[in-house]
Amino acid sequence: MISSVSSFLASFVGEPMADMILNIVIILIKVAVVIVGTLLHVAYATYWERKVIGHMQLRLGPREVGPFGLLQPFADGVKLFFKEDIIPADADKPIFYLAPVIFFTSALTSLSVLPFFDGFAVANINVGLLFLLAMSSLGAYGIVMSGWSAGSKYSFLGGLRSASQVISYEIAMGLSLVGVMIMAGSLNLTEIVRAQYNYPTGFYAIPQILGFFVFFVAMFAETNRLPFDLPEAESELVAGYFTEYSGFRFAMFFLGEYTGMLIMSSIGTVCFLGGWTLPKFVMEALPFLSELPNFVWIVVFLAKVYVFMFLFYWVRATLPRYRYDQLMNIGWKLLIPLALVNVVFSGTLKIMGWF
Amino acid sequence: MLQQLFFGYYAFMIIILSLLVVTRGNPVHSVMWMLLLFFHIAGLYLFLNAEFIAAIQVIVYAGAILVLFLFVVLLLNLREELSLRQIAGSWPAAFFIVAALFITVTAALGAYVQGPVGSYSIEAVRSETHTKALGRLLYTEYLFPFEIASLILLVAVVGAVVLAKRKLRS
Repeated sequence: MISSVSSFLASFVGEPMADMILNIVIILIKVAVVIVGTLLHVAYATYWERKVIGHMQLRLGPREVGPFGLLQPFADGVKLFFKEDIIPADADKPIFYLAPVIFFTSALTSLSVLPFFDGFAVANINVGLLFLLAMSSLGAYGIVMSGWSAGSKYSFLGGLRSASQVISYEIAMGLSLVGVMIMAGSLNLTEIVRAQYNYPTGFYAIPQILGFFVFFVAMFAETNRLPFDLPEAESELVAGYFTEYSGFRFAMFFLGEYTGMLIMSSIGTVCFLGGWTLPKFVMEALPFLSELPNFVWIVVFLAKVYVFMFLFYWVRATLPRYRYDQLMNIGWKLLIPLALVNVVFSGTLKIMGWF
Repeated sequence: MLQQLFFGYYAFMIIILSLLVVTRGNPVHSVMWMLLLFFHIAGLYLFLNAEFIAAIQVIVYAGAILVLFLFVVLLLNLREELSLRQIAGSWPAAFFIVAALFITVTAALGAYVQGPVGSYSIEAVRSETHTKALGRLLYTEYLFPFEIASLILLVAVVGAVVLAKRKLRS
């Protein structure tokens, strides 16, 4: 199919030009598929969260709109879209407009390097893991700028809290992934998954248990979720950095937060749980599995991501919020030393040839 | 042709953005332009096949250092600072220094000699991946300068902690 389109195009613009156009079109289609798929996931992540937390708190959650409340996310979307867009008189307008865009775009851009199944990533780059860390640090700008530009004290405090929290935990998160980089010998996400498949246990969470623990805690702080949701602590700061936002600008923060959770879950899946693969011993026990076409394995990838998402909800329904100094103590005095120990151990074991 | 176009775009944008950074009246807007500037510098690194340096440029400069700038700027009393239009006084002195620097650089450009071609050609770096090539060189051939650099950073960290602690005690 692709070759016939290519030769058809080549008759108009010549061979090299036709290849380039075709490549760009294929990339655009991939981007569209990934973004639409993610946004649908985000919509139903909110529904699922409300259901899970509802049942944990002996309620039923949304059930009025559509069967079992399944159309609730769309009703919410329509509601947000038609709300009045209010801009505070004291706001710094260009930055107030820009902040939610930065936040949401940085979350969506991270999607471009994630390998959803073998051979499918919008951009299969060699520094994929570093790219993800870079994009998550860019997201902090959206938060700080939204807090500052609104000209409100609650927003400002929320923005400051969030920024210092995100940069503190970014160090722990980066260091916790170093063990995975050492074991896989690569920063390319596809290569990391393949290296895990060839590892005896099939995923790195077992030998890298320390790194996995640090990553898991840092994941909650990076996405500003409970028990580390101090930037938006309702009882102290109204809603934190997005207090002054309404309508679709607020929706962008909301979508960005859930996209961020999905991305953190995907990083955890790719780096610690073996991505789209099942462990090798399972594949050898059930040989018919390797006959399946590549794209079927996205089911395995998504199942692992859903496990992480469920843990996000579970923790939210279970744990109370930390105090701010406790948060900083955990980050700097517990997680970073633990991550450093893990780096030293992994490096030593790698040199001794045990990994 | 495409390469010159790319380089021209980055060089032009870097100059324009640097000008925007130093001429804004509001320091927060300066920081935002600087963020864009760092991304263009990272783009320039990518253009030179240095993907690792490009990623580090964004993580370290945009992700850490600039956020700290932003913190300092935010904690200042901005509403008063905003009325400050001109940051630097006495432009003739500044003009003289910059002109002298420009003439020196222009004169030095004539003496430019292309260095010898090493073993790390573009193909070699691509096949090994840039991160691996850089890591191997840093930890074998250039280990000593690398260790000196890290020692200097360690001294800076210890110094910062000592200064902060002394203020706490008094």
